[in-house]
Amino acid sequence: MPTVEMTVNGKRASAQVEGRTLLVQFLREKLGLTGTHIGCDTSQCGACVVHIDGRAVKSCTMLAVQANGASVMTIEGLANGEKLHPMQEAFRDNHGLQCGFCTPGMVMTAIDLVKNNPAPSEEEIRHGLEGNICRCTGYHNIVKAVKAGAAAMKG
Amino acid sequence: MTATGIGASVKRKEDYRFLTGQGSYTDDINRHGQVYAYILRSPHAHAEIAKIDTSAAESAPGVIAIFTGADYDKGGLPAGWQIHSKDGSPMIEPPHLPLCKDRVRHVGDQVALVIAETYAQAKDAAEQIDVTYKELPAIISTADADKPGKPQVWADAKNNTCFDWHLGDKAATDAAFAKAHHVTKIDLVNQRLVPNAMEPRAAVGDYDRATGEYTLYTTSQNPHVIRLLMGAFVLQIPEHKLRVVAPDVGGGFGSKIFHYAEEALVTWAAGKLRRPVKWTAERGESFLTDAQGRDHVSHAELAMDKDGKFLGLRVSTVANMGAYLSTFAPCVPTYLYATLLAGVYTTPAIYAEVKAVFTNTVVVDAYRGAGRPEATYLLERLVDKAAREMKMDRVEIRRKNFIPRDAFPYQTPVALQYDSGDYFATLEAALKASDWAGFESRRADAKKRGKLRGIGISTYIEACGIAPSAVVGSLGARAGLYECGSIRVHPTGSVTVFTGTHSHGQGHETTFSQLVSDTLGIPIENVEVSHGDTNKIPFGMGTYGSRSLAVGGSALVKAMDKIVAKAKRIAAHLMEASVADVEFKNGTFTVAGTDKNVPWGTVALTAYVPHNYPITELEPGLEETAFYDPLNFTYPGGCHICEVEVDPDTGVTQIVNFTAVDDIGRVINPMIVEGQVHGGVAQGIGQALLENCVYDEESGQLLTGSLMDYCMPRADDLPNFKVATQSTMCTHNPLGAKGVGEVGAIGSPPAVINAVLDALSPLGVEDISMPATPLKVWQAIHSASAKVAAE
Repeated sequence: MPTVEMTVNGKRASAQVEGRTLLVQFLREKLGLTGTHIGCDTSQCGACVVHIDGRAVKSCTMLAVQANGASVMTIEGLANGEKLHPMQEAFRDNHGLQCGFCTPGMVMTAIDLVKNNPAPSEEEIRHGLEGNICRCTGYHNIVKAVKAGAAAMKG
Repeated sequence: MTATGIGASVKRKEDYRFLTGQGSYTDDINRHGQVYAYILRSPHAHAEIAKIDTSAAESAPGVIAIFTGADYDKGGLPAGWQIHSKDGSPMIEPPHLPLCKDRVRHVGDQVALVIAETYAQAKDAAEQIDVTYKELPAIISTADADKPGKPQVWADAKNNTCFDWHLGDKAATDAAFAKAHHVTKIDLVNQRLVPNAMEPRAAVGDYDRATGEYTLYTTSQNPHVIRLLMGAFVLQIPEHKLRVVAPDVGGGFGSKIFHYAEEALVTWAAGKLRRPVKWTAERGESFLTDAQGRDHVSHAELAMDKDGKFLGLRVSTVANMGAYLSTFAPCVPTYLYATLLAGVYTTPAIYAEVKAVFTNTVVVDAYRGAGRPEATYLLERLVDKAAREMKMDRVEIRRKNFIPRDAFPYQTPVALQYDSGDYFATLEAALKASDWAGFESRRADAKKRGKLRGIGISTYIEACGIAPSAVVGSLGARAGLYECGSIRVHPTGSVTVFTGTHSHGQGHETTFSQLVSDTLGIPIENVEVSHGDTNKIPFGMGTYGSRSLAVGGSALVKAMDKIVAKAKRIAAHLMEASVADVEFKNGTFTVAGTDKNVPWGTVALTAYVPHNYPITELEPGLEETAFYDPLNFTYPGGCHICEVEVDPDTGVTQIVNFTAVDDIGRVINPMIVEGQVHGGVAQGIGQALLENCVYDEESGQLLTGSLMDYCMPRADDLPNFKVATQSTMCTHNPLGAKGVGEVGAIGSPPAVINAVLDALSPLGVEDISMPATPLKVWQAIHSASAKVAAE
């Protein structure tokens, strides 16, 4: 079995994995980082989005070995101690989550979206979230949260 | 109102853990020594199992055990509701074994349970199981299932009929039709939907050799119900040896109410293997095994006098149950559907017939709204059509037939008694918020841009706050539907709340904390809400039917009443006053007319440190439990208005405005309430425009079996919503609460379709079915214009 080594949330992580092990399985099962969720098997739902070298990636769409040497950020690594990232705070302030299952992927996607477009319009936000499915909120409050999060990240 | 009290939009307590990845969902739970289950499922919709050869699979790497139907020696999954047919005979209730023995009845049916050291090993081994099937013809179509000569799902169920039921006064309805000035008729399909909570179902079974106790961690909306059904009926494990935990659950929408085969299988296997067994559904399995929703084919007729006053309603519906009876399936198209056919109208005579059929498809059961969206869609499409045929205004015909404000309590001809409501008020508020009056100028403006603009309305009612036990018992429920709540006051005055309801997105930890903190006058951070564990919560019926606040919240109110009553006796002792003179407000006990007072914390401490205590009259401690059985259903209602623009070149419908004004009774947290309406409306719009569960009629294969094929609403499919409440209070529960979980999904679909039809009406389009996809809309436009050209 190959050994993979990567930086996850700022810490070195390494483990032996089967070649077929997906990155999301590595994060959840080998590292115990269960904040990243698996909501589908066709790379549609976006519950598994993490940042790899600063870019949002669906971690169910990538083998763990492909992330060898990369720097990975998961939802667990976003907050600074007890202080939430401005996007996390914006989701809480705007009731942008209900059951919480899609939330980690939504937040990771939203941060990447804002990084590439610091002041997105509502339409751009809705388009940018197309790869993340939420069944609870109807997106209304998620869109509001991303907008508020974008403003807060600028500040 | 305080900043955290009843009526305040308090930020949710549960959000911190969800936002930081610290939620604990079932698949996040791992037990020491855990092994993994994979379930080999039927690739056929209907087949005999001639032979299963597991020999190669048994020696595959990591395999611990393989079980088939021949090994399974326990019970089947029970139906929780019994319906009787018109002729008095009970419904056909076929066996529903967790592992099929000799026949499979839908694609995805359980054939073998493979357990291995890793999930990948279990899945690999399953590929080596050789099953010989003898394929049989399958019946898929709801409309055709009861026709003679079709493939039969169950030998006992002649013409695939589970029950043939009716409600209402047929003679009175016939008489109403006999004197009608006009009769409007409609044929409608309420298509099958897939709930698709974002968290796939999962279950971990565990067995403790030292105590003989089983534990099941499962994605459930009602862990006590699962304990009862699985313990008593399936595996014969007594309650005191079975703990069921439903931890954080990632959405349910009804689909996680029911007791599923996999829950029983992992628990059973854990006992046999003496090791924890974990199963997690892949999304493809969710599509093939989670109970699906809706699936009605209906014909309805509305009789009116010359002024458009409704005289009578006749409805005939065929409802698809799927291949087996899921836990609450029989009550959905009967007592949650036909009883709602009066809607918000004074129709004096109603007669409904419902035939439930088996087909070779996944089971159908409650999905957000459950029966009530089907009733509302039928009525509101019918009323719009009636207005067109009578050349009446759509709003006027509704006003003319509304149950008057002063008619409550109002007895409908279909069993329900509405306690309160004001349909005129929600209508007026929605008309105003949506600028209904200004619509024609927006239509004209859209026309200039080459778009067809339409506006649609739906005025609806639902029955929730499920349910008065004696009433539902007489209707066939095999359980009580009360709720249980416990309040534990700790020695230092903080409080743990135990509720039998379950939160899987609804924010109960926040709402119930507000309720308790406001009532007891203690800071909200001193209140913790516990739910979802049968070892912690005395009992519970769970969360569905928009019942958690109306029924579960009422149980907490009753428990707090007991707490306050006891605390007053303790306070009276401390203040050397008569109990009758003790008042309790804002967390302080006072003696009326004096300046004597003791704070909450002192009373709590005294209860646990009873040095100065009326010990001969009163037990120490401060903890109370209450069971609350509602006296009636609750009846939220309201008005939804949808405005669309259709692109005639592409058939694409865009929702440009959506307004919901709902009467939901008492609101504890407006932010959470709005979120519930948003989510419900999104699912309703999904049904109206996007979602459709499609099986191949020949092979029975599920064609929409993934998120690539089944069209879930995404962020760019939906608009922002205008949401408001305009409430009357429920008259029979202590909170005045009605419920909000389902209103969005109930009120919205007909508003959307009525808007699409309004947009297309200038072209002569009179009907369109859900989902109104671009293809269907485009075809409707073109066949209508071809018809116009031919004429």
